[in-house]
Parts: sequence; C-alpha cells; structure tokens
Amino acid sequence: MEGPKIYGELFGLPITQTLVNTWIIMVMILVVCAILTKNMQKRPGKAQVIAETIVTVMDNLVAQTMGKDKMRFAPYMLALIMFLAFANTAGIYGLRSPTADLNCTVGLALMTFFMTQFFGLKSKGLGGYLKGYLEPMPFLLPINIIGELANPVSLSFRLFGNLLGGGIIMALLYSALAGLYFFPILIPIPFHFYFDIFSGLLQSFIFTMLTMVFVSMAMD
Amino acid sequence: MEGLDFIKACSAIGAGIAMIAGVGPGIGQGFAAGKGAEAVGRQPEAQSDIVRTMLLGAAVAETTGIYGLIVALILLFANPFLG
Repeated sequence: MEGPKIYGELFGLPITQTLVNTWIIMVMILVVCAILTKNMQKRPGKAQVIAETIVTVMDNLVAQTMGKDKMRFAPYMLALIMFLAFANTAGIYGLRSPTADLNCTVGLALMTFFMTQFFGLKSKGLGGYLKGYLEPMPFLLPINIIGELANPVSLSFRLFGNLLGGGIIMALLYSALAGLYFFPILIPIPFHFYFDIFSGLLQSFIFTMLTMVFVSMAMD
Repeated sequence: MEGLDFIKACSAIGAGIAMIAGVGPGIGQGFAAGKGAEAVGRQPEAQSDIVRTMLLGAAVAETTGIYGLIVALILLFANPFLG
C-alpha cells in the first residue's frame, strides 16, 4: 500500500489524497443524510425509520456509556462514528481510506484530547482539575501527565495501525494474485469482508466508545 | 554499498522481531474472549453489555501489538537508518 499521493497545493498547503477522499466521504455522508431525512412526516416512511433508528441507537449508547446528564454529546459522537464508518470502509469502493493516514487519525485523537481537557476543566473547576493530577499521591504527577498525553497517541496509532495493516495485507494479497495466469475473483472477497467491513466498523465503534469513556471519565 | 545492504538486511530482521509483539495481544484478547464467553454463559441476558465491554478491553489490549506493527512498518517503509 502506497502513501497518500499529493495532488497539488492550495494556499501553500498540500492537497493530499487523504484530504480529497475526506471530501468525497463528506459529500457521501451529506447525500445519505439528505436522502434519509427528505420529506419528514409524523408518520414515518422507510427512509425516516432508518434515520430515526440510527439516532435512537446512538442516543441509547451515549446514555448507557456516558450517563443521562451528558446527552448533549450524542450528536458529536454520531457524527464521529458516521465519518469513521464511511472512512474505514472506503477500501471496498476503491478509495484509499483517509484513516490509513496518520495526519487524519491524529487530528481526530487531538479533538478527543482537547475535549477531555476542556470539559474536565469546565465541570470540575480549576482546582478539581489540577487536583486530579495529584491523585492518588502528589509524587505521581509526572506519571499522571504522561498517562494523559499517552491517550491521544494510543487512540491515533490504534486506528492508523489497524487500517494501514489491513490495507498492506490487501495490497500484498492482490500483488500475489496478480502473478497467476488468471485472476481468481472469489479469493479477495472474504479478506475484503474482514479487513474492510468487519475490522473497519469495529475500529470506528471502538474509537467512538473510547472517546465517550474518556470524556465522561474526565467529567466525573 | 556493502554497509547499506547490511543496514537493509538488519532492518528486515528487526521488523520481523518487532512483530513478536503480536504474541502478547493475542494471548490477552483470547483471555478476554474466553472470559466473555464464560460471562455470557453465566448471564445470557446481559450479552450486549458483556460483548461491548469485551470489545473495548480487547481494543485496549491490542494497543501494544499495534505499536509493534508500527515499528515494523517504519523499519520496512520509512527506514530512518538509510538517511
């Protein structure tokens, strides 16, 4: 699997394949949302039932994981899991998945990191927030700081490593199959099913779950 | 160019050794899955909660293996020693 290509520059910033694929995925999500929420009525049609189910399932998950008092995070978490679900399964419709680029995953993980810090500071107050670093013993302060900084690193590397590892295995498989006299079409299907669909959706779920757990742990 | 070849060979061996880190998460995730199956057997009505917690724990246990994978990938594709 090659690294993301660079197509050009815009205001001195490189336009990479990751960026372009992210735009494509954003358009896809917008189209899906527009189709599902078109013509909403009191008595729901098929599309509206799907949209309502997605929102209800996410609301229940947030209520279970973070508690009823933090329901205002549900829209962000749904947006995050939607983006990750589309980005991680990009391999099946022929795009290089944006989350197989460390720049994208570090951006997402930094968003989680600053959310934990900001909402922790907001809900505990400055004193309680700083006191959290001195627990259980004051001399453990450096370890607490390192532990706090390790969260975004492990979050971003987990997503990146899983997606890139899956992509590399797929690329190796395709290059091995390309050496045969005829191309066996059926062989890559189970691998696509595992690495793109199962692993991709699982990783998007796990990233969202960990974000929820970190934010709610920082707040109470 | 002999030195460069030596560095390349050692990097390939190092990448292979780095992937021994995959043993740990394998054991850990297997243990988590076994305990999860045990818990579902004991309390089948709490299955969705158990599976969710198990997946979360398995993902956290996987982190060290992913670090090993990234070290191996750096050695193979973005080798810092080749300059």
